[in-house]
Amino acid sequence: MTEQITSKSAAAIDRAKAQGRAALIGYLPAGYHSVQESIDAGIAMARNGADLIEIGIPYSDPVMDGPVIQAATTEAIANGFHVASVFDVVAAITAATDVAVLVMTYWNPVVRMGVDEFSRRLAEAGGAGLITPDLIPDEASEWFAASDKYGLDRVFLVAPSSTPERLAMTVKASRGFVYAVSIMGVTGTRQAVSSSAEKLVADTHAAGAERVCVGLGVSNASHVREIAAYADGVIVGTALVAAIRDGGVPAVADLTRDLSAGLVREEA
Amino acid sequence: MVDAPSENADNNAAEAFLQGGSLKHAPGPYFGGYGGRWMPESLIAALDEVQDTFEKAKADPEFLAQLKDLNKNYSGRPSLLTEAKNFSEHAGGARIFLKREDLNHTGSHKINNVLGQALLAKRMGKTRVIAETGAGQHGVASATAAALLGLECVVYMGAEDCRRQALNVARMQLLGATVVPVTNGSQTLKDAINDALRDWVSNVENTHYLLGTAAGAHPFPAMVRFFHEVIGEEARAQILEQTGKLPDAVCACIGGGSNAIGIFHSFLDDPAVKIYGFEAGGDGVDTGRHAAAITLGRPGVLHGARSYLMQDEDGQTIESHSISAGLDYPSVGPEHSYLADIGRVTYEPITDTEAMDAFRLLCRTEGIIPAIESAHALAGAIKVGQRLTEGKATPSDTIVIVNLSGRGDKDVETAAAWFDMLDEDGNVKGTTLSTRKPKGPAERMAEAGAADVNEDRN
Repeated sequence: MTEQITSKSAAAIDRAKAQGRAALIGYLPAGYHSVQESIDAGIAMARNGADLIEIGIPYSDPVMDGPVIQAATTEAIANGFHVASVFDVVAAITAATDVAVLVMTYWNPVVRMGVDEFSRRLAEAGGAGLITPDLIPDEASEWFAASDKYGLDRVFLVAPSSTPERLAMTVKASRGFVYAVSIMGVTGTRQAVSSSAEKLVADTHAAGAERVCVGLGVSNASHVREIAAYADGVIVGTALVAAIRDGGVPAVADLTRDLSAGLVREEA
Repeated sequence: MVDAPSENADNNAAEAFLQGGSLKHAPGPYFGGYGGRWMPESLIAALDEVQDTFEKAKADPEFLAQLKDLNKNYSGRPSLLTEAKNFSEHAGGARIFLKREDLNHTGSHKINNVLGQALLAKRMGKTRVIAETGAGQHGVASATAAALLGLECVVYMGAEDCRRQALNVARMQLLGATVVPVTNGSQTLKDAINDALRDWVSNVENTHYLLGTAAGAHPFPAMVRFFHEVIGEEARAQILEQTGKLPDAVCACIGGGSNAIGIFHSFLDDPAVKIYGFEAGGDGVDTGRHAAAITLGRPGVLHGARSYLMQDEDGQTIESHSISAGLDYPSVGPEHSYLADIGRVTYEPITDTEAMDAFRLLCRTEGIIPAIESAHALAGAIKVGQRLTEGKATPSDTIVIVNLSGRGDKDVETAAAWFDMLDEDGNVKGTTLSTRKPKGPAERMAEAGAADVNEDRN
């Protein structure tokens, strides 16, 4: 049912692959410190080596996020962020760059707006699709229908705890890429990349996924280099949020450039 | 893939009930269009393990015997069913019976669920349990079960609730638990659940999340109900023994709704028994400061279940308000949402003022200090009693059971402040008996020491 839909995320990852490297995916929350700053930071990421941008919707109960992202999204909400602004952020970054722009969101804000309405507006804004940390395919029938209708990517997560049956089911349900959670935990910077990540990527590939990207705990260029050796893409979140928190858009640009240096496969 | 819940499911179930079908033992994951598993993939394997272990245990005579033994010889079950003759005069003359969950070990119904889940944790080979707590009752019960069964216990409690319920913080620590004050968001129950989920996803290998209410992702709503069904089973047998007939109405307070679903369960298939759930109306449902999720919320997903939810136009959770920490939760267990939609249970809000009036009334007329949570059910029972006896020649033919879910010792300071019994320094007026100054050991621990104590242990 999905053959005729062209995945913007897959195309972006494949462009990187054609250059002999993994894709870099950068995350920042919308509305932090303001809607305009999140647009500027997204554009800065795109111009400094990010292939895909993940824009998070600040949410009151972000159970998969650690303290850094929680603090940023809480501040965005306190400053008056509204969910509909995410479409402005997506549209502005899409208009100014050629990266694929995904939205990362907990599910209730989508339910509240209406899954179809949300999807329609995201597609109109030029968005590539959704990453859904608390929506599993088992509960996603409305999202299947809407994402097919509007041609959006469905990025579901897999974890080291996922059974082979669930890996296969999730791979089948996904479009664009599969998000492999590197560790059992929440977002936040870590000292080292978990050894479970490489096995999970291999298992997810074996389950039929063409593109598997790794996120959670990826904190610096050396982590990026390590993961880029076996994954199709590397997702960085908390480190970028800390950068915009402490140094604004210039710090985001610097860190993205630094991270993207880790993408080149040495033996390639 | 699981089929999406549909409106039809609601209609079919409601129709089936009207045709004499059963509402009892609904297995989940869906209750009509509610329930399910709106959870990160990382936790699905753990939820499957809990579900599998629970299903096997439920069918295992050895497990059931173990649970029954603990309920009897540790918790003190069966709890009494006490007729509140003096209190009844204020409820139109209807005979009010109190299901005395306040007399259980640790002082509330919460012990029923924690003993069951702690036994399951042992069966799964887990060495650590984590829990969230609002009023502190579930935290105390979890710490108790952990101490009894040799499990490590960490309790997440909103910093605001730590202040409101300092005595319970000290109780948990005395029982060997680590209490983590939660400073995110509104610093109450929902934020404690968020932090407990973050802990669980990071430590799921050795940890069971001992969720304290009949909410959350499948199998929690059906499982927590199962462990509380004993309340309704006892109450049904006791009322038949004491009066020779079924009650006209059953009343309970609703936060997440575990005490309520426990007592409702046994009466769901008796259409003549009216069932009422009383939500926290806070300052009043038109003030915006309340916790009446069913009355004023709309369906959404939070903490793993689709259910009625207090949320703004963006889907952000609205902070709930109640004088009762245990009812201060912006959503409700999914089975209640379903029972509300099909009209089997009537849900109504009770304001802080109504609850505190009923609180004082029970103290003065029956010599029982109820938990403020339970006082919401008492206030509701007064209204229900008056309604059902209106125009009746012999109002004492009307029988109402109230689930007295907990005792009020933990609420003494809140009540003293509410009834203006304290002077400016926090002393009980006319005495130097202080509830606030100088600060007692419990309050000091809650405010400053809790973090230090916890760090020492880690």
